[in-house]
Amino acid sequence: MEMWFAFVVALLKVIIIAHVVLITVSYLVYFERKISAWAQNRIGPNRVGPAGLLQPFADVLKLLLKEDIVPTNANKKIHTLAPILALFVAMGTFAVIPIGPSITLFGIVNPFVVADVNIGILYVLALTSIGVYAITFAGWSSGSKYSLIGGVRSSAQMISYEISMGFSIAGVLLFAGSLSPQMIVESQSGLMWNALLQPIGFITFVVAAFAETNRLPFDLPEAEPELVGGFHTEYSSMKFAGFFLAEYANMIIASSLIVTLYLGGWQVPFLEKLGLSEGVNAAIQVGSFFVKMGVLLFFFIWVRWSLPRFRYDQLMDLGWKVMFPLSLLNVVWAAVLAMWIK
Amino acid sequence: MNNEPMLTEFGKIFLFLLLAIIFVVMGLFTARLIRPSRPTKEKLLTYECGEDSEGSSWIKFNIRFYVIALIFIIFDVELVLLVPWLLVYKEIGFTAFFVGFIFMFLLAAGMVYEWKKGDLEWARPKPIIPVLNRTIKPLPENAFATQETPSSEVTG
Amino acid sequence: MTLETVLFWIFGGLAVVAAIATITRKNPVISALFLILNFGGLAGLYLLLNAQFIAVVQIIVYAGAIMVLFLFVIMLLRPDDEKSFFAENKQIKWTGIAIGTFLFAQLAYVIFVGVPKQSIVRDAQRSVEIGTIESIGRALFTQFLVPFEAIAFVLLAATIGALVLAKKKFD
Repeated sequence: MEMWFAFVVALLKVIIIAHVVLITVSYLVYFERKISAWAQNRIGPNRVGPAGLLQPFADVLKLLLKEDIVPTNANKKIHTLAPILALFVAMGTFAVIPIGPSITLFGIVNPFVVADVNIGILYVLALTSIGVYAITFAGWSSGSKYSLIGGVRSSAQMISYEISMGFSIAGVLLFAGSLSPQMIVESQSGLMWNALLQPIGFITFVVAAFAETNRLPFDLPEAEPELVGGFHTEYSSMKFAGFFLAEYANMIIASSLIVTLYLGGWQVPFLEKLGLSEGVNAAIQVGSFFVKMGVLLFFFIWVRWSLPRFRYDQLMDLGWKVMFPLSLLNVVWAAVLAMWIK
Repeated sequence: MNNEPMLTEFGKIFLFLLLAIIFVVMGLFTARLIRPSRPTKEKLLTYECGEDSEGSSWIKFNIRFYVIALIFIIFDVELVLLVPWLLVYKEIGFTAFFVGFIFMFLLAAGMVYEWKKGDLEWARPKPIIPVLNRTIKPLPENAFATQETPSSEVTG
Repeated sequence: MTLETVLFWIFGGLAVVAAIATITRKNPVISALFLILNFGGLAGLYLLLNAQFIAVVQIIVYAGAIMVLFLFVIMLLRPDDEKSFFAENKQIKWTGIAIGTFLFAQLAYVIFVGVPKQSIVRDAQRSVEIGTIESIGRALFTQFLVPFEAIAFVLLAATIGALVLAKKKFD
């Protein structure tokens, strides 16, 4: 009986999170277009609904009704599998990200997270490393030279920055002494934010997050001037939408990870001193998580419309010769600091 | 006595992943039901800037990608090995401090080796900058004086 | 049947089917894809045994890193080259079968004869505490300090060796 109750609660959480993510993703696309319009002195989408607010739904409907073109040269099964894998990996990561403290509701303790596993951060890293295949397979299976070059470049880029990402996280893990995201958030109570304690690690992680999500200035895999569309040159209709949504979902994951690991997660410094009730506290904390995430998402979009693209050799140089040594240095710094604080 | 198995945190993740797959596949399947499908031979050609595609699409590529993957594996293993150290670092104290530093020193040594051997170098563009190999006589002082034309005639 | 048994059959079945598909597919890239799936199934089995660290390492290192290298190698050699390579070398096929049989016999011996049953049961009960990363860390940094440093040296040697060999082969 209890088992079934837990099962239903888990299922409900899963469904709610999945829908919140989807709506956020589609509105992120809308905001990207609005902010780019603002950056380029244009108006942006304004026809569908008031201020263009229904644009995401129109986009999805359009993509649903488009013909799916698979080149004769392509390997059909893998061509279909690649976008599924991309979106699956992007959505799967949300399972471990805590967006608020535990609250007691209907007599049971409800954590604001789908699953609080004790290997949470490694789970995220594992899914990221699987995400490489979505792009590699997309590039390989399309049977197009642009796609293949885009796919191979992209996988080399992602694995290079995965290393610096991993070593940047190492500093945070050392401080928290745990792999559970909830514990990592709790270890940053007050103003002990990791961004302030380990500024080098914070910067390398943010840069690596940009590279992992294939956003400008790291969007080499789809560099339009030379590779047409990179790995998704031969994709159309819902399969293209799969990659498109995955990119934006990855952005949300990246910013929520930055918040969780470096900016104190859902915690608001010195909130407990105000002496508010548990429910109000929880609401403020969940709200603060989303505010922090929103600021970072704006930063992601802002950077995209401000910076030019790297050249490939510059990208690899940055990854291996700057980011990697710096993230290693951050581990050393964190170890010394942890010794000293103790 | 509670003999019924609890739904563990990993169980929830499994459920979440299952739902993610179902959702994604459902999306693609709905599209399949309602979208048109009118393929023609030309439409299904591989895109190559409007030309007929030339040769096999599975071209060979640079060996550096392979070397990068090789380096990646080694550092990935080192990262994973470092994770237990990170988690018990605060408990164990100075022993962990020294052990970890020797480990990271060796890791850095591997990196320095690769750097020195040039395995991290990527192909750089080699622009050909034109060089003048003969000297040019300096222009006489009144060189531009004769070419001056009144601008009022042109714009007028 | 408890939930655990059901999950065991799901993951085990996945691993077996994927392993068979790996060796029967003609296209090496699809073989690699099934091998990744096989690693996923194995990771699920490790999780059922409470070996969380090994499960996650299986995904990060094997499925995430080593298979990328495999794919790059497969893509470097063109697919058509690969086919002719296997068609012309009949000895390779027979050597492979011989080695496979030997390995299988070894495994069968270890499982059915080599290990007494009691020790397996005892270890299974202790596995709940053993599998967590913290306990692995504690063991590594109290009892196995020297082997841990040895790993670092071996990895350094691997770095140098791999690069030297890779260059020799392709230059």
